[in-house]
Amino acid sequence: MNKIITLNNLIYKYDETSIRPALNGVSLEIEEGEWIAIIGPNGSGKSTLAKTINGLIAPDSGEVFVDQLALTEENIWEIREKVGMVFQNPDNQFVGSTVQDDVAFGLENQAVPRDEMLKRVESALSQVKMLDFKEREPARLSGGQKQRVAIAGVVAIAPKIIILDEATSMLDPQGRQEVIETVQQIKEKENLTVISITHDIDEAANANRVLVMQEGKLVKEGTPQEIFSNGDQLIDMGLDLPFPEKLKVALEERGIKVPETYLTEEGMVEWLWTLLSKK
Amino acid sequence: MVMDITFEKVGYTYQKGTPFESRALYDIDFDIKDGSYTALVGHTGSGKSTILRHLNALNKPTEGKVIIGDREIVSTTNNKNLKSIRKKVGIVFQFPESQLFEETIAKDIAFGPKNFGATEEEGVEIAKRMLPLVGLDETYMERSPFDLSGGQMRRVAIAGVLAMEPEVLVLDEPTAGLDPKGRKEMMDMFYQLYKEHGMTIVLVTHQMEDVASYANHVIILEQGTVVKEGPPREIFQNEPWLESKQLDVPATVSFASRLEERIGLRLGDIPLTTDELADQLVAHLASSSIEGGDAK
Amino acid sequence: MMEKLIFGRYIPGTSWIHRLDPRAKLLSTILFIFVIFLANNWQTYLLLFIFVLTAVLLSEIKFSFFINGIKPMIWLILFTVILQVLFTGGGEVYFQWGILMLTSQGLLNGVFIFCRFVLIIFMSTLLTLTTMPLSLTDALEYLMRPLIALKVPVYEIALMLSIALRFVPTLMDETEKIMNAQRARGVDFGEGNVFQQMKAIVPLLIPLFVSSFNRAEELATAMEARGYSGGEGRTKFRKLDWSASDTLVMVVFVLITAALVFLRN
Repeated sequence: MNKIITLNNLIYKYDETSIRPALNGVSLEIEEGEWIAIIGPNGSGKSTLAKTINGLIAPDSGEVFVDQLALTEENIWEIREKVGMVFQNPDNQFVGSTVQDDVAFGLENQAVPRDEMLKRVESALSQVKMLDFKEREPARLSGGQKQRVAIAGVVAIAPKIIILDEATSMLDPQGRQEVIETVQQIKEKENLTVISITHDIDEAANANRVLVMQEGKLVKEGTPQEIFSNGDQLIDMGLDLPFPEKLKVALEERGIKVPETYLTEEGMVEWLWTLLSKK
Repeated sequence: MVMDITFEKVGYTYQKGTPFESRALYDIDFDIKDGSYTALVGHTGSGKSTILRHLNALNKPTEGKVIIGDREIVSTTNNKNLKSIRKKVGIVFQFPESQLFEETIAKDIAFGPKNFGATEEEGVEIAKRMLPLVGLDETYMERSPFDLSGGQMRRVAIAGVLAMEPEVLVLDEPTAGLDPKGRKEMMDMFYQLYKEHGMTIVLVTHQMEDVASYANHVIILEQGTVVKEGPPREIFQNEPWLESKQLDVPATVSFASRLEERIGLRLGDIPLTTDELADQLVAHLASSSIEGGDAK
Repeated sequence: MMEKLIFGRYIPGTSWIHRLDPRAKLLSTILFIFVIFLANNWQTYLLLFIFVLTAVLLSEIKFSFFINGIKPMIWLILFTVILQVLFTGGGEVYFQWGILMLTSQGLLNGVFIFCRFVLIIFMSTLLTLTTMPLSLTDALEYLMRPLIALKVPVYEIALMLSIALRFVPTLMDETEKIMNAQRARGVDFGEGNVFQQMKAIVPLLIPLFVSSFNRAEELATAMEARGYSGGEGRTKFRKLDWSASDTLVMVVFVLITAALVFLRN
């Protein structure tokens, strides 16, 4: 397997006077094609970490490698072509006056010839199912639609990595689902590496690997199943409890012995069925 | 005084009489009883925000009437003298932290009361009283609201609405953008205001779990009108109907019906919270082992 | 309420005028403002009226929209016209009081000034009603290109303009939201004396500034992440198409200018 991102002992302080660094010695390796979820309470350094990957934030010390390249001042723009990022607020990343103008923005920056641009804008928009809206203005789109346009803008530059920086947190459930589904489909098709920073349990459940950040450090890592079986501690990790875990906690409080491993809803139904039919 | 809010055949059309005219609400009838915890549910664009602005007469209905306590609002109601309604019905809008503007937190909280005639000293005293209600302490009084974290800013903004000491508190997706911990703390805070301070609460939300755990009255909106109204247990009973409206069912409810199907018997009333479901399961375990014993 | 604030709002359409290249429209409007000063008798004004009214007809937009364009300016127009009438001498004197007088030349000047205002307003209203603001920005960028030699950051200015335009609706929504939030806290906008109204605007303006700064910061980050490193070395997605109709417009314009020179006194 190919290491697409390597972070070595990153340390970063927003300003000299802050007592605690926003990143306090983070090291991390990500394989090409992985889906990584980064969770953690607000202020734990998740977004800061994500921003070091494409050089939006330069760490005080430590190294960043993207696609075997050590990130430096010189190659920062080259690396940004490999890393697409979707941010939290749908409005504040919409540069273009219409959907297609916005998707084209990244391509214009890379000086892609216009004929090529037209093709790539169309194909990116059809991948996020927004082609019918290509002449719409952002004011007339829902939050979920705007985020899909942002994803199209990323897809158009054909990056290797896509970072979702709490990209679903301002959306309604419908918009959230639209965005997650879109990313899933594109990831499959383009073999992208996905890094999603999230508080949403369904989004985290899509990952191969979940990383937990607390106070600027990576404190835990594991499969979603492993992480979800942490019971009540999950809340402190910035995630809600999956329903089966909630029920387990409630049953345990009532003196019922529950299995320690993580159970899906189906697993929980089966377990309860055996329990209830045991004579 | 009893602060019921009643909608009678309410309709609202934006920019009426212009080429840009668009109908946002029609034929709306409902009651929000004094002392209730009402949830307003519906998709984006269903008219929730427009209804919200009718609850304290920021908008006047273009058809029908809205009765707020002893005041009746119709399309021809004079815009003056609506202020007293705004004191009684406080609205916390979505992302309320965006309304902060004063130099200090104390001043920002006192802004509302002062608009309603409170003196400087009264304002300080009110700010002092409000901070603990939103989980902050007096050390925050003289700090700038812009130095706080997002969650804390929101609490200050909510304190600014509570400061008017309204009888009805309207909350428009108050937990949007917060992490799960912050969400839980905030919802518990509102429940406390409801339980201990007897406030009437109107909650606009997408979170069906919150509707099930806190509300005692649910109003479901679709495309500008009410399509269902009732207590949560009754609303969530009808899973297929909710699905047809693309509305979520609380996880407890869907899990319980899945389990009932698997074990082939009813556990009892539909459970609204995880605790209710756990209780049912425990009761069932106890009885089934007795039955099991009998059979042997 | 907010809707009234944008005068000359773009009205989507497919008329001949709508389809013209924004550069042709912008250029003719700018030149028109200069050329109109050539007119100084009824023949020349008649010619310009015919030109403008033909354009208005071709735009397929209701005439009332153009009249509405004049309304906000009417006091300024009348004021200027009255000054012209009262202070210009020459021709037959109908009435005189001190330095004020009513003369045939003065009256005629007044009428001409009035016509000049109306024509300029019609032309510029026509431009904004039939051209998307964004296309106007494109045209402006194109026409300003020679200034690059003078180190004017033309591309940056054009991008700034288009971003500003894109955020107009967003900021209007925001304004309305904050107004509602403050009204819910007991603020009366647009009531009381000037001092009270000024005071009421502070709780609106400060949150607007704060949120605009936040937006600007986030937008800048997003633009950087998307590879924006300044105006140079970019290609353009938006393309302007100069067609035969546009050349025709420019030719007509030259002819009219020539006719004006020929017909004027």
